[in-house]
Amino acid sequence: MKQRYFTLNCCVLLLILLVLQLRLSGQTDIDAIMMEKNAFCVGPMYTHSSWKNYWEGTLKRENLNIGRISTNTYSVMGNYGVTRKLNLLFSLPYIRTKASAGTMKGLNGLQDLSLFAKWRFYQKRKGNGVLSVFGIAGVSLPVSNYVADYLPLSIGLKSKTASARIMGDYLMDKLFVTGSATYVFRSNMEIDRNSYYTTELHLTNKVAMPDAMNFNFRAGYRSFRLIAEAVVNNWTTLGGFDITRNNMPFPSNRMNATTAGVNIKYVIPSLPQLSVVTGGSMTIAGRNMGQSTTVYGSLFYVLDLHREKKSTDQP
Amino acid sequence: MPKNTIQILFLLVIAAVLFTGCKKEVEGRTDHTRALQPANIDANAGNWRPILITGPTEFAVAAPIATNSPDYIAQLNEIKSWQANLSSEEKDLVSYWSAGAVLRWNEIMRELVAKYNLAPYQNADGTYPIPSATNPLAYPQFPFANPPYAARAYAYVAAAQYDALVAAWYYKSQYNRAAPYTVDPSIKSLIPTSALPSYPSEDAVVAGVSVELLKLLFPGDQDFIQQKAEEHKRARLIAGANVRSDLEAGDQLGRSVAQKFVIRARGDRAGAAVGNQTLWTQLENDAIARGEIPWISLDAPKRPPMLPGFGKVRTFLFDSLTMVTQVRPGPPPSTNSAQFKKETDEILQFSRNATREQIRIVHFWADGTGTYTPPGHWNAIAAEDFITQNFSEVRWARNIALLNMAMMDAAIACWDAKFTYFNPRPSQVNPQIKTLTGLPNFPAYISGHSTFSAAAATILGHIIPGRASAYTEMANEASISRMYGAIHYRSDCEKGLETGNKVGAFAITRARTDGAE
Repeated sequence: MKQRYFTLNCCVLLLILLVLQLRLSGQTDIDAIMMEKNAFCVGPMYTHSSWKNYWEGTLKRENLNIGRISTNTYSVMGNYGVTRKLNLLFSLPYIRTKASAGTMKGLNGLQDLSLFAKWRFYQKRKGNGVLSVFGIAGVSLPVSNYVADYLPLSIGLKSKTASARIMGDYLMDKLFVTGSATYVFRSNMEIDRNSYYTTELHLTNKVAMPDAMNFNFRAGYRSFRLIAEAVVNNWTTLGGFDITRNNMPFPSNRMNATTAGVNIKYVIPSLPQLSVVTGGSMTIAGRNMGQSTTVYGSLFYVLDLHREKKSTDQP
Repeated sequence: MPKNTIQILFLLVIAAVLFTGCKKEVEGRTDHTRALQPANIDANAGNWRPILITGPTEFAVAAPIATNSPDYIAQLNEIKSWQANLSSEEKDLVSYWSAGAVLRWNEIMRELVAKYNLAPYQNADGTYPIPSATNPLAYPQFPFANPPYAARAYAYVAAAQYDALVAAWYYKSQYNRAAPYTVDPSIKSLIPTSALPSYPSEDAVVAGVSVELLKLLFPGDQDFIQQKAEEHKRARLIAGANVRSDLEAGDQLGRSVAQKFVIRARGDRAGAAVGNQTLWTQLENDAIARGEIPWISLDAPKRPPMLPGFGKVRTFLFDSLTMVTQVRPGPPPSTNSAQFKKETDEILQFSRNATREQIRIVHFWADGTGTYTPPGHWNAIAAEDFITQNFSEVRWARNIALLNMAMMDAAIACWDAKFTYFNPRPSQVNPQIKTLTGLPNFPAYISGHSTFSAAAATILGHIIPGRASAYTEMANEASISRMYGAIHYRSDCEKGLETGNKVGAFAITRARTDGAE
């Protein structure tokens, strides 16, 4: 039972869709679920996100010249168990944006490929439950020459990122809490124009992107068949500047967002390789970002690539 | 666990190193421009023809004190005390300002334009507040530095700098006071030395002009401007290039000349360019009376057109009759014509099928909200080329003035056409046309980008003939970027280029007769 649990409980999703076109953060990289050795889980995901109000700096407002900004994301994601303690994950989204009012044309394209290595380096019984600690390293890089400097309708920020995360999980009688903190290094990026104003004039097409921190807290019920959890996520940009009054957003703005949401994963009883995942979130606080509401749905299928070796990495 | 911990730490360190390696301070293209070292000091520039002042002696500069007087010796000692103990900030200041006074003040202006180029947010009742020069810090801040405003601001400052430098060169020649490092060899020159007499200081002239005019044009940022001027003058002292009396005389001359331009600016009709409801309604009714579809704002809520009276502003290079008889383009294709429909369909196709390269071109030239505007972009192009030409300050000023007078007059001619014909944008007549940049809130015909760019390219091609075809190509790209962006018809762009070229030709005429060639 325990073995199946780990094999099948792949890919519970968390969405940190930072919807002023921050990338979809990788999904399973931020939960405590590990794939069995040599198991590979893969699946498509659809995400819809939209906002009407946004924070111009700290001032919340609407903009009749864009109406509601909606973002549809079609991703493929996967998670491979190198060992039960080390998983590799990827995700690749195709994004399409649209404004409901005004004349501005939406954009679409493949955004950033994310890769993560997730390492459970500590697991011990503590009290009545099990405490696990993870280290997660990730990179993301744009896979197309998309337009970054066209916010809020650009599909991403085009910065290459590297992230380092420490995550702890405590599971007791199918109830769990997971918390993590992530530091995101963001590379400078280039835009199509060769001058721009932040709080001063820059005569260059290169943009210094401030790094960011992400804090994630989730809690709920986790069993073989069903996972149901509530998630609070905070993205804080370490630097950057505020959008000035009635100005356009810019990739190096100080974009912050706190979202609250739920995720549910259900394993199909008649086909236990297949799971259905769905969830949603709302933005409860922000800065220089849209106040987005997000829903998503996904299917995941587990392939056991080397069934015969499965027992070699038991704890 | 220790082994795993080491492995994970290793991974994290690799990731961090890889990516922090990409992270560097972003440098601007002119951050480390080398010190200006004119190929020719233009010693006779005191005889060049000024723009507004009656002659180089309209504002008298008193004779300097003798270089052996105790006062002068005290001023030399001031330099020595600065140089005795230089901080790295002071060295940076010298290095920054040594690139050139006209260059740096042009960049400062571009920065101010970008900061203030923001359309006011609407009132609760759907009307729009108008920025007030008498209360510049209240929202909406004054000015809204949109392209016509910016074009005019760049032109006034540049023209005044030029006039004041012509006067300065006249007095330099007359009084022939050597630079401090020449008078006293124990003073180091931290910048390239020059045979140009140092009284009155050309740097202080440019700073004085700029402070005085920017008070009028950007009244909300006086502290910033004053600080820049102080740093500029201090840099000259520290560098050993000027004594205090050089600076004071230059500053005074600059301010006096600037006053003459302030008076012109107050009376050039720009103050009335915003118009009023009566004018806005009349423009619409006149277009309807001509049987045309009138321009309608696509902003929500509907915003009055940008500066409908700007076409009446007083030009620098030709008179208002010439504007109407020689510069103003004929009417655009009627909104009822097959030609108009064909041109609208063409823009729909650009809107639907934009390539990545076309979007790059749109965004490279957009120079919209929060930027230094198209005239600012052409100042950047010009300035970065002028750096390579080793012009003297007075020739820098003359060339920047020619460029900006051409672009201000291009703005006036363009706005004259826009509000003579008042024709609609593509997205107004066909809402399927989605744009790849912000839709400007004023009529389409003729394209401002095309007019500015052609005017700029024409005069710049005269100033640096070897770059003429490059400038023309840039102007053509700036022009067609507005079609790729789906905000202008082909006629707007073609007639815009044509009109801009005509305006640029007037600048060439002036250039040929101002004594500098």
